Amino acid sequence: MPSAASPPTHHEATIRVRGVVKHYGAVRALDGVDLEAAAGTVLGLLGPNGAGKTTAVRVMTTLLKPDAGEIEVAGLDAVRQAAELRERIGLAGQYAAVDENLTGAENLTMVGRLYGMARADAKARAAELLDRFDLTDAGGRPARDYSGGMRRRLDLAAALVARPPVLFLDEPTTGLDPRARLAMWETIEGLVADGTTVLLTTQYLDEADRLADRIAVIDRGKVIADGTSDELKDRVGGERLEIHLSDGAQASAVGAALAPMAAEAPFSEDGVVKLSVKQRSGAIVEAVRRLDEAGVGVDDVGLKRPTLDDVFLTLTGHAAEQRTDDDEEERR
Amino acid sequence: MRRLVTDTLVIAERNLVRLPRSPDLLLAFTVQPVMFVLLFVYVFGGAISTPGYSYVDFLIPGIIVQNIAFGGFVTALGLNEDLHKGLIDRFRSLPMARPAVLAGRTLADVVTNTLSVCVLLVTGLIIGFNFHASVGEILAGFGILLLFGYAFSWVFALLGLLVSSPESANSLGFIAVFPLTFISSAFVPVQSMPAPLEWFADNLNPFTIVVDAMRALWLGAPAGNSIWGAVVWSLAILAVFAPLAVARYRKTAALR
Repeated sequence: MPSAASPPTHHEATIRVRGVVKHYGAVRALDGVDLEAAAGTVLGLLGPNGAGKTTAVRVMTTLLKPDAGEIEVAGLDAVRQAAELRERIGLAGQYAAVDENLTGAENLTMVGRLYGMARADAKARAAELLDRFDLTDAGGRPARDYSGGMRRRLDLAAALVARPPVLFLDEPTTGLDPRARLAMWETIEGLVADGTTVLLTTQYLDEADRLADRIAVIDRGKVIADGTSDELKDRVGGERLEIHLSDGAQASAVGAALAPMAAEAPFSEDGVVKLSVKQRSGAIVEAVRRLDEAGVGVDDVGLKRPTLDDVFLTLTGHAAEQRTDDDEEERR
Repeated sequence: MRRLVTDTLVIAERNLVRLPRSPDLLLAFTVQPVMFVLLFVYVFGGAISTPGYSYVDFLIPGIIVQNIAFGGFVTALGLNEDLHKGLIDRFRSLPMARPAVLAGRTLADVVTNTLSVCVLLVTGLIIGFNFHASVGEILAGFGILLLFGYAFSWVFALLGLLVSSPESANSLGFIAVFPLTFISSAFVPVQSMPAPLEWFADNLNPFTIVVDAMRALWLGAPAGNSIWGAVVWSLAILAVFAPLAVARYRKTAALR
């Protein structure tokens, strides 16, 4: 098996997606998606549940055929050269895909052999990966006894068996506790440092902010913005006024009181009102004065740099984690 | 082609390695069929008249055929679980031979089926079953059993890929296969059934043909066309369901 043995060839390890459409019945899960990741970088695909992130990963990893559009990964066409492409990609998912009845070592050995490695080579590679992911002690135990974080590490290790130049990570930290999440981030950063190109989907804004070189914001099957984290923040405009109310019910009164100084309609949630202001200087003093005149009780007022949360809100008109309806694409 | 063989063996090994670690599965292969043999022989045996044979002799080929048809349940449940756990996504993203996941599963079934046939035979021999056959005929009987069980594993493979949960695989499979095995010559002579059932059992039900073939090979009963019939039925089931299951696998996606 050439690809398992040969070192990754970074010059071709890029992702290029043009105008990809995928329907599930009447649902347009992907509605003309364009994506691009340069070799050795991380592209973050950011969006809420049901936005089409998983479908995008599935068409790029040859699990689904797109209805229209072009997909090129590692220099190979994902439809016409699907079989060759499978030799060059790794996929780790949200639902850690390990066989719970096999040990960690057996899982990795099985994957290695399915990549075409001889049994001894697959075993050696499994031991190497168990060591790298701190699973050597657990390697002889069935995966069903693993913690969530261990299982996710094993899943990621399985995706790396053939040293793929391109790695797809579908919500790699969903469901992990904060410590395991941080460990996973560090692992992913290590892979990128070694030259792997990563496409990562996430619904966590801080995750995209930390890991991704470029971020594509996806909503309802469309990329609605893309750029670096800073570029996206710039699109939202400068700093915003954040007002913590004593009484959340007064949020609408805030809108009325501050209308003259607001650059756009304010957004309020859980007793916190955010709005971008026309002029930064004197904004806090003016806001406090206006709110006082209107009889609105305030706990805290401040100017904040926009977060990716704000980016999402500005771009889509809804908060990133507000939509709780289940992934359309995953329950046809 | 070489890839298909090695990938199939890797998957079959994966499914067999888990066996000793799943006591519930082992019970399903061993204790449960033995229990049914004992219940049938000692509870119903006295009430069922099987001219020309003792009930143990009559029953053993029948109950082994029923049992082997259900052997594929492991495939249906296992594949459905793989779909839910995302393992099918992983396999489909690997450069492995496409049919290997199914071929490996069904091949592992052949091993477990052999195990449960042996357990049932030993039980039968202990409680009085006698072969009236040459070694060749006994082995031919084994061959037909395993072929028929293998064909049924592909039916269950398709079922496991189609249904939404292991529970529905279980109940659908049970509803489809259980009556077929009972409205056949497996447990009672078909002449004792009401006319429409007798007609169905005699003319349409592959279980009757396979059970009759087993009695011909192991007990020296008149064979008629049953031996060739059993082989043709098995190959026909295989020819229909294996391509359907593989086609379904190619298009399938994870259930969540």
